Amino acid sequence: MSTAAVTDKRPSTLRGASLPKWSPWAIAAGSVAVAAGLGLVAGLHSKVQWGLIAALLFVAGTYGIAARVEGRRQAKDRVATSLVWVAFLLAVVPLVSLVWTTVARGVKVLDVYFLTHSMGIVADSEPGGGIYHAIIGSLEQVGLATAIGAPIGVLTAIYLVEYGRGRLAQAVTFFVDVMTGIPSIVAGLFILSLMLIFHMQPFGFAGSLALAILMMPVVVRSTEEMLKLVPNELREASLALGVPKWRTILKVVLPTSIGGITTGIMLAVARITGETAPVLLLVFGNPFINNNPFEGAQASLPLYIFQQYSAGNDAAFDRAWAASLTLIAFVMILNLVARGIARWKAPKTGR
Amino acid sequence: MAKRIDVSGLTAYYGSHKAIEDISMTVEPRSVTAFIGPSGCGKSTFLRTLNRMHEVTPGGRVEGKVLLDDEDLYGTGIDPVSVRREVGMVFQRPNPFPTMSIFENVAAGLRLNGNYKKSRLNDIVEKSLRGANLWNEVKDRLNKPGSGLSGGQQQRLCIARAIAVEPKVLLMDEPCSALDPISTLAIEDLIGELKERFTIVIVTHNMQQAARVSDRTAFFNLAAVGQPGRLIEIDDTERIFSNPSVQATEDYISGRFG
Repeated sequence: MSTAAVTDKRPSTLRGASLPKWSPWAIAAGSVAVAAGLGLVAGLHSKVQWGLIAALLFVAGTYGIAARVEGRRQAKDRVATSLVWVAFLLAVVPLVSLVWTTVARGVKVLDVYFLTHSMGIVADSEPGGGIYHAIIGSLEQVGLATAIGAPIGVLTAIYLVEYGRGRLAQAVTFFVDVMTGIPSIVAGLFILSLMLIFHMQPFGFAGSLALAILMMPVVVRSTEEMLKLVPNELREASLALGVPKWRTILKVVLPTSIGGITTGIMLAVARITGETAPVLLLVFGNPFINNNPFEGAQASLPLYIFQQYSAGNDAAFDRAWAASLTLIAFVMILNLVARGIARWKAPKTGR
Repeated sequence: MAKRIDVSGLTAYYGSHKAIEDISMTVEPRSVTAFIGPSGCGKSTFLRTLNRMHEVTPGGRVEGKVLLDDEDLYGTGIDPVSVRREVGMVFQRPNPFPTMSIFENVAAGLRLNGNYKKSRLNDIVEKSLRGANLWNEVKDRLNKPGSGLSGGQQQRLCIARAIAVEPKVLLMDEPCSALDPISTLAIEDLIGELKERFTIVIVTHNMQQAARVSDRTAFFNLAAVGQPGRLIEIDDTERIFSNPSVQATEDYISGRFG
């Protein structure tokens, strides 16, 4: 008896009615059309309202149609799927919009001249000028902060995972968690109070110290997680070969987790690159090029954006957007580099 | 170069939990000694006390004596790192270093310890891989990652890695439990060859395996769950499997246990 014969006699219990593959797209298109119609009729000006109505109609419509054709269980499944899609769009729309706005407004004055000149002889109200001084400031401050924060963070994490036992380790973990929540302005005020004790003027390195404080807990946390992922068997295998513990950590544990650690450090760097508050307090800002982070006020990209936007004229707005675009590009390049390193250093699986 | 192990009155703890109690035995050089017994009876713990890996576990500590050719491994001034260079170990699951190639894995012990002559490294790696019966399978891809090998090959790679540092004793903690019968056979043959050069101690749950590869067999058991494990008896393998002197051993071997 062939299966075809069985199907001919009575419908299969395994195969119910199902909506065609294109139905989600059709429902989406339909709900967008209805939402646009409703919006026009009701005189809603905001496209956001149209979008929200469309999203609601999409979820409700999916449920209604699927429940009618396929049954309640499939309808619930489809509603869950469409909720996931709606959430995804809600998350992506602002992101795309932000990048789009920054790119559209930023490219206006972003050119080689802009990247290689400072604001030294240009008033904030005039067009021209550039962000060279701010790039130098950002690179130096963030570089120094990373040079301080990353090693301390990684070593702390190594202590916590490989050596830390008992009270001390618990205390360190606790304070690292507390530090994660420190607002950047508080880190800035902490360094500022030290500066006031020693009667110092704003300078780049003070900002680096505050940024290092902000960076450390992030590095500790991510490195700790990465080190915990290294299987204990690898440590034991190395120890059983008669390799001392410190060499085991250096040559086996760290290389195995270096990709994740690098990613963590880069994310922390990305985070502090955009910090404005401590830089405003400690580095103060400077329209001239100052290559020395240890003496005199410096500029930095986020601070430059803030100051240009506060200047409140079209030329300054353009410069602020171009600087924002540079900052985003800088962070993005850092992330790409981190991914590259992570992929390059990741444990090899090829045959 | 194989060495004798003399254990007397050895008790091991995990924190306040006593895992094994009062174990004494002698392991002859150039022989294979198998440890058998039910799960949780302390075979692996005892094995790990023989190269001071037990204390790597948080809370692990040991009382008693382990003499390696008359030198107490737990004596004052003994460096556990040096002990582990003399007493190598192969683990239950193959654990090649994932960041290293096959060649680097075998050379890892020497390289990480830093005491080797560069010119001899190639020879040592080849010799170790030949010793582990893996050379012919990997000689054309020594620079490929070790994790790309099959499970059985990985385990033989780990054995090659362990014998590359020329230990005196080789401890094996259920080396075949994650492997198929053919890889198991390869490793058992290898154990037969290695015992010419090393003192071998092997933990196994497979009684046929113990009967096949070992010269002497030790049976471990524990009185009840939560009680420390004890050495019930140790004797020539033939005797243990034909005419053991303790009833519990016979029950366990014949499957009448519990």
